[in-house]
This record gives sequence, structure tokens and C-alpha cells, in this order.
Amino acid sequence: MNGSRSATLTVTWRLAALRSEGFPTIPIAILGLLVFVALFANVLAPDDPEVGRLGDRFRPPVWQQGGSEAHLLGTDHLGRDVLSRLIFGARVSLVVGFTAVMVAGVLGTALGILSGYLGGWVDQVIMRVTDTWLALPALTFAIFLAAVVGPSEMNIVIILGAVYWTRYARVIRGEVLSLKERDFVRLAIVAGCSKWTIMKRHILPNVLNSAIVLGTLMLGVVVVTEAALSFLGVGVPPPKPAWGLMLADGKKGLMAGYWWLTVLPGCCIMLMVLSANLLGDWLRVKLDPQLRQL
Amino acid sequence: MSPAPLLELRGLSTHYVSARGTRVVRAVDEVSLSLAAGSTLGIVGESGSGKSTLALTILRLLPPAARITGGEIHFDGEDLLAKSDTEMRRIRGKRIAMILQDPMASLNPLFTIGDQVSEPLRVHEGLGRRRAWSRARELMKAVRIPAPETRVREYPHQMSGGMRQRIVGAIAISCAPQLLIADEPTTSLDLTIQAQYLNLLRDLQRQHQLALIFITHNLGIVAKMCDQVAVMYAGRLVEWGPVTRIFDAPAHPYTRALLDSIPRMGDGRARLTAIDGQPPDLAALPPGCAFHPRCPKAAAQCREQAPAETALGPRHTVRCFFPAAAGPR
Amino acid sequence: MKRYIVKRVGYALISLVLLSITIFLFVRLTGDPAVLLVEPGASQADLDAIRTQFGLDRPLWVQYARFVESLVQGDLGHSFYYRTPVLELYLSRLPSSLLLAAAAMAFSLVIGIPTGIIAAVRVNRWWDSAGKVFALLGLSLPSFWVGLLLILFFSVYLGWLPSSGSGSVAHLLMPAFALGWYFAAAHMRLTRSSMLDVLGSEYVKLARLKGLPEALVIAKHAFKNALIPVLTLAGINLVIMVNVAVVVETVFAWPGIGRLLYEGIAFRDFPVVQATVILNGAMVVIVSLLVDILYAVIDPRIRLAR
Repeated sequence: MNGSRSATLTVTWRLAALRSEGFPTIPIAILGLLVFVALFANVLAPDDPEVGRLGDRFRPPVWQQGGSEAHLLGTDHLGRDVLSRLIFGARVSLVVGFTAVMVAGVLGTALGILSGYLGGWVDQVIMRVTDTWLALPALTFAIFLAAVVGPSEMNIVIILGAVYWTRYARVIRGEVLSLKERDFVRLAIVAGCSKWTIMKRHILPNVLNSAIVLGTLMLGVVVVTEAALSFLGVGVPPPKPAWGLMLADGKKGLMAGYWWLTVLPGCCIMLMVLSANLLGDWLRVKLDPQLRQL
Repeated sequence: MSPAPLLELRGLSTHYVSARGTRVVRAVDEVSLSLAAGSTLGIVGESGSGKSTLALTILRLLPPAARITGGEIHFDGEDLLAKSDTEMRRIRGKRIAMILQDPMASLNPLFTIGDQVSEPLRVHEGLGRRRAWSRARELMKAVRIPAPETRVREYPHQMSGGMRQRIVGAIAISCAPQLLIADEPTTSLDLTIQAQYLNLLRDLQRQHQLALIFITHNLGIVAKMCDQVAVMYAGRLVEWGPVTRIFDAPAHPYTRALLDSIPRMGDGRARLTAIDGQPPDLAALPPGCAFHPRCPKAAAQCREQAPAETALGPRHTVRCFFPAAAGPR
Repeated sequence: MKRYIVKRVGYALISLVLLSITIFLFVRLTGDPAVLLVEPGASQADLDAIRTQFGLDRPLWVQYARFVESLVQGDLGHSFYYRTPVLELYLSRLPSSLLLAAAAMAFSLVIGIPTGIIAAVRVNRWWDSAGKVFALLGLSLPSFWVGLLLILFFSVYLGWLPSSGSGSVAHLLMPAFALGWYFAAAHMRLTRSSMLDVLGSEYVKLARLKGLPEALVIAKHAFKNALIPVLTLAGINLVIMVNVAVVVETVFAWPGIGRLLYEGIAFRDFPVVQATVILNGAMVVIVSLLVDILYAVIDPRIRLAR
């Protein structure tokens, strides 16, 4: 049985499944918009997100008294333009989020396939480690790692990848275990394919569905965790404009009523996470009803 | 003059409608039959022929997607389709009882046997806990469960499959129903236990003058236990009548094929007879007679029109344009 | 049941061991753990002293042995900032976190379970939609942002509730809501799907065939069975709450172990960070074990097995 044919079938079926009703246009539009903003931040942002004028601090958005057209969404405690920071923040969140999801996904899927297919002591070792890492709540673990290695954008990506790969490994391993019993895998074994060939050409394309669904769902989680880490001061370091960092700064002006520094960055986070979650839910239902337990 | 039948179905139809109203599956299509008190009817057919749906229709316990679209159900002189939900609830478990196929799944794992057996008694007959439990012990004795006093406090997972099915039987007869519907009651039991269980059912039937409906795909059980047999195919009743007559001289080609496909000792034939073709897709039935793609006698008429019910004798009907003449196979 | 419990205890012990190894190894990841284990602004002499004290020049397994030894003796380090043993600090703050988690858990169950049941039984269209929105938002909004918004609304604009500290019910309301919303949504989802599964089961079908009133079918046969996975999840979620509360406690200056962890990071007080992570992890393992044991007691299939 040709592995690439089964891979093609899976991809075609996946595309066909997508082209039907209930299509989440709004979430995809929002995510698309965020990607667009992130890509063209340099052009779209009206001001420098990292430099501010101290004389211009805590300006409210343009529609409130005291606001100015130079700063449509106001300024923060260092006089930096909020709109520009939000726009560049999209880039930070997307880059970090997407990369972390990829790292966690690749690592987790690979280990899940190895664990599920090879079984034996490889499985036991990987599963014990997974269980232990899963026992440590992600945020606590991430904080610990950030405290150990120090915060930086690169470190955060690695930390988030290290914390979340276990989610993938668990699910993918389960899929592989049931795939192992399927006929086309057995035929490949009988035909004499090597373990690596089978894993690469037969198993991998068929677990991609789950990996993709999980990836979309994880994007929301990762973005929120990154925001939390930045909020606590162990995420993306200043003066880079991460939305979580903006929330931490915004807290300083909260009691004085400077609402835009809290509400606006949070809305951005909310939009991204909501869209990712809705997209993930829809994908989960469309691509594989079996994944409903995810 | 024979007494009025206990159960009478006339032109009963149940359809499943998909959420968008596009796909209609005619799970039960214009079924008519009758059953006298104390007698036994076997309903046979392949999976998907509508047997279980028919049973659930009689009890009016269909899933939300299904609807009774036509016909009549008369039980003990009463029109079941006119009954309210509360009235039907009083009939279920008390006057009509049902046994399901998998006894392990039918019993709630978190409650004791005694609790589950005494439940119908407490609900339908208003018995207090102690009396209901002592009746439960008697019932378990009646279905031949050893040491009912200890068993009554146990949980379903502590019993064997055969015992669990007897418990389900005890639950069914607890309020002395007039009709018992058994949906493949022996399919999940070991062969050796099956015979014992069938004997138990027959004894209970004689003791309590129960009418029995046996839903099964096993013709051997029908031959042993039933007075009448109803053969279903694609939701329609293709033949109905006395077991002895139909087994000797099946009128419908499908019935004939079913009987022929049972291997027999001393059979000279070298090959097993199978029925050609595939079971039909109920959502996309061919026009005319549903069996015609697989029927050796199919003619042009069969492809265009669905045959109506023809009476071959008192309480013996068939749906075929070319029913076989009476005579040995 | 005994065998089940023994097995679970064994797994828990393995997890604890692996946890300690993980923490141990990660600290030594950085190349020079002495930097972490020493107060900020220490001199080279201090660094060398720390190296000898912790035996950082000894082979890895020796270090690990000493590490485990001190753990078992209850010595989890000294806080630079507070100058007290971290274990003492942790235990003094734990009750506050447990209080917050209990309040949030109560909220999540009181809201989550009934809404989940109603959504499954499909009693009221409006309720179903409202529930879905509530769940979606709860699962998507970061808890600390919800907390900040609540402060903005109820403290700054309305002046009804205090924005920080603890000590009265008024102090507890906002943090408990902010923390609990996510879990209310999660519990609602699980209750709904668990209930749907149970309602489609054969024993519920038989209960209806027995002619039992629908209310009895749901309340007796469906409810108890559907609740088992939810309560299991809730048990584990309690510890997860304590952990995730880091951000909520920081937002509301709630004096729990979450805030302790934040202080550890803010003041670069590494012993506090390390000890908190170890203790939190151990708490998760132990509570998981307790939940498993509770499961054994509730489910007669396990209780009566040999």
C-alpha cells in the first residue's frame, strides 16, 4: 500500500471536509487581519512603539477629552503611542505564539509517534516523562524555566515549546496506537517496510489531522500563557511591545482610571484567542469526529 | 370466533428525518400484524431491517429524530397512539415490558441489583422499599438465580452474563406485564446458556400467560419458540404468518432465501447458498419492491411498483407479486 | 480496591521522584547554578562559597543525593528577601490560596454543573445559547484580564469592592470570579458532554423502558453516572487553580502562594521560586492520588474488586 497515496487521500479529504457550511468566516478573517497587521506593522503603525515622549504621558484615546489625533488610542505611562504598540504587539504575539506551537507540535508529534509506534521501553520512558511534566501546571513550569534561563523572546518560545509538547505527545500517541491496528499499516509491515518508513509515510500523514486541530487550539493557550508570563515580568522583556507587558504597565494607571491601557491590549488578546478557539473547534468537528474528546 | 388480538398493528410507519429535513429513512414502512394473548411472535430480518425500531415504535420510545408517520397501534383494545406521555409511561414496564440485547450495558453499574429490580415495583405499584425488595428476591428466585438473598445486594459487574440477562428478565416480568418484547436477548450469551435462557422464557410465558415478541436474526430460535413469524426487509413486512406453514412453504423469495441459507446436516450440496447482493441503503431505496435487486424472480413490475399486502390465508400475508405456491421446498 | 490503591501510590511516588529530578536538572541547565542560588549583587567570594556549600563541583548524582536529602528533611532553602525558611513562608501563605481556590471552585461547580445539565437536557433554548457564550468567553479570556476589568468596573468606577488585599468576603468576590470563570466553563462543557453520553446509554434506555418518570431517570440514573468524570476533573482542577492563581493573586495582591511565587521572581529570590515549584508539583501529584482513591470509593466496580 503506497504511503504517499494514503497521504494524498487524507489531504484531499481534509480539503473537501473544509469546503462546507458552518465555515467560521469571522474567526478566520480576524486571524487573517492579525497576520496582516503583524506582517506590515512597520507600515501600519503611526509611531515608534518603543520610544515615547514623557510630556505626552497618559493621553486618553482620541474620542475622549484630552485625546489627540496624533495618538488615536492614547499613550501609556512613558508617552508611547498605544496604537503602535498594539500593532507591533500583534507581531510579537503571533511570532511567539506560532513558533512555540510549531516547536511544541513538532516535538510532541515526533515523540508521540515514536512512543506509540515503537512501544516497549521507549514508550514507557516517554510516557513517564510526559506524565510528570503534565503534572506540573504549565504556567508554574514556564515561570520556573523563565526564572532559570532568564527572559528573552527566544527563550520564551523554547520554554513554551518545552512546556506544551506533552499535550501533543499524549494525543498523538493515542492515535498512533489505534492506527497501528489498521490494515494499511499491517500490510506495510508484511510488505517489509522499515519502521522508519512506516512511521514517516503511513503514520505521520494520518496523525496530521489531530496535530493541526490541536495546534489551533493550542495557539490560544500559548498566547494567553505568554501574555501571563509577560504580565508577571518573565516573558517578553521590555521595551518590546508585548500585549501582556502592556497589561502590566496598564495596571499602574488602573486606579487612576486610565482604562484604555488595560481594556485595549486585553481586547486584542481576546480577539486572537477567541478566533483561534472557534477555528479550532470547527476544525475539530469537521476533520475528525473522533477527536471530540480533545 | 377467535378473541380480539392483544396487539394489533395496522399500516404502521416510522420515519427518521435528518436535521435539515432532507434525508428520510423509512425505518418501518406500513407494517400490519396481530398477536394474540399468550402467543409468541418472532420478528426476523437482517440488521437495519427495522426490527428494533418497530419494537421502540410500539412502546413509543423513539429518539427525537424519528417520527411515527402513519398507522395504528392497538393494545388490549386501546389506541396507543392516542395516549399521552404519562399514560404511555404507565404502560411501559407494567403492561408492556422489553428486554434489550446487552445485559451489561442495560444495568446501571452504580446501583445494586435489588435497587434496579425493585424500581418498577416501587414506581408502578407503589410498594415501599422493604416489600419491593422482598418481591425482588422472589422474582430473582423465579428466574432461577441461586442465593438471591446475597445477590440482591450485589452490583451488575459481579455477575456473569447469563445471570445479568436473567436479572433483566426479572425486571421485565416484575409487574406482570401482558406483553414482553425481547430484542435479541440471547445474542450476547454463550451458546450453552442460550438454551437455558430460552427455556426460562418459555416457562415464564406459560406461568404468566405472557405474549412474547422475539426479535432475532436466528431462525433456529424462531422455529423453537414462536407460533408466528414476521419477516422484515428494508422496513417492510414481506411475510407474516404461522411458523409451521412459512417454514414448510415460504411464499416470499426473501423468506425462502433465508431458510435456504441455513446449512443442514446431510445436505448434499457442496456450496452454501447465500443471498446475492448487498443489504439496501434505507436512505436510498430502489423504486418498486425493495428486494428486487437481489430477487431471483424479479420482473419489470417489481422494479416499478411496490407490491401491496396479499392475504394467503387467515393471518398470513405476503408482499410479493409472485408469491410461491403452497408446497414443499 | 487495595491493589488499585497500592498501584496508584506507586505511580505517585514515581512521579514525585521524576519531578525532583526534573527540577534538579533544569536548575543545573544554566551552566552556573551558583548565580541563581546566591543573592543578587553578591561578590565572587560569595559565589565560590555557595559552590562549596552546595557541592556544585561534585558529581551530579552526589548533588542530587544531597538535594533529595534536604528535601526529605524539609529544608527547601531560605528566602533571600524574607530571611526565613521557604517552607515556613509557603505554609503560612497556603491557606489563603486554598481559600481563594475553594471559593473559585464553589463558583465554578455551582454555575457549571447545572448549566451543563440544562444544556444536555435541552430544556430551554435561551439558556443553551447563553450558556454557550458564557463557556466560550470563559475559556478564551485570560483570567488576569478579567480581574483587571473587574477592578476597573467595581473598584474604580463603582467603588463597591476593594481592589486588593484580603480579609473579608468583599475582598474575595472579584478574585474568585476571575479565577473561577475558566473552570466554570470547563466544568459546564464536561458536564454537558458527560450527561449526553449517559443519556444515550443502554441503562438509561432501560430505565425509560421500565416506565420510570423522566425526572427520576435523569436525577437518579443519569445524574450520578454523569457526575463521576466531572468530579474527578474538579478535584484535579482544584490544584491547578492554586497554580494558575499566580496571575490573579498578583492582580489583586492576594496573599497566597501565587503571589509568593511572583515575589520570588520580582525580587530574584530563587530559593522561593524553586521551592514553590517543587511544592506545587508535589501538591498536584498528591491531590491526583487522593482523587483516584476517592474514585475507588465511589465506583463500586473498583471498590469491590480484589
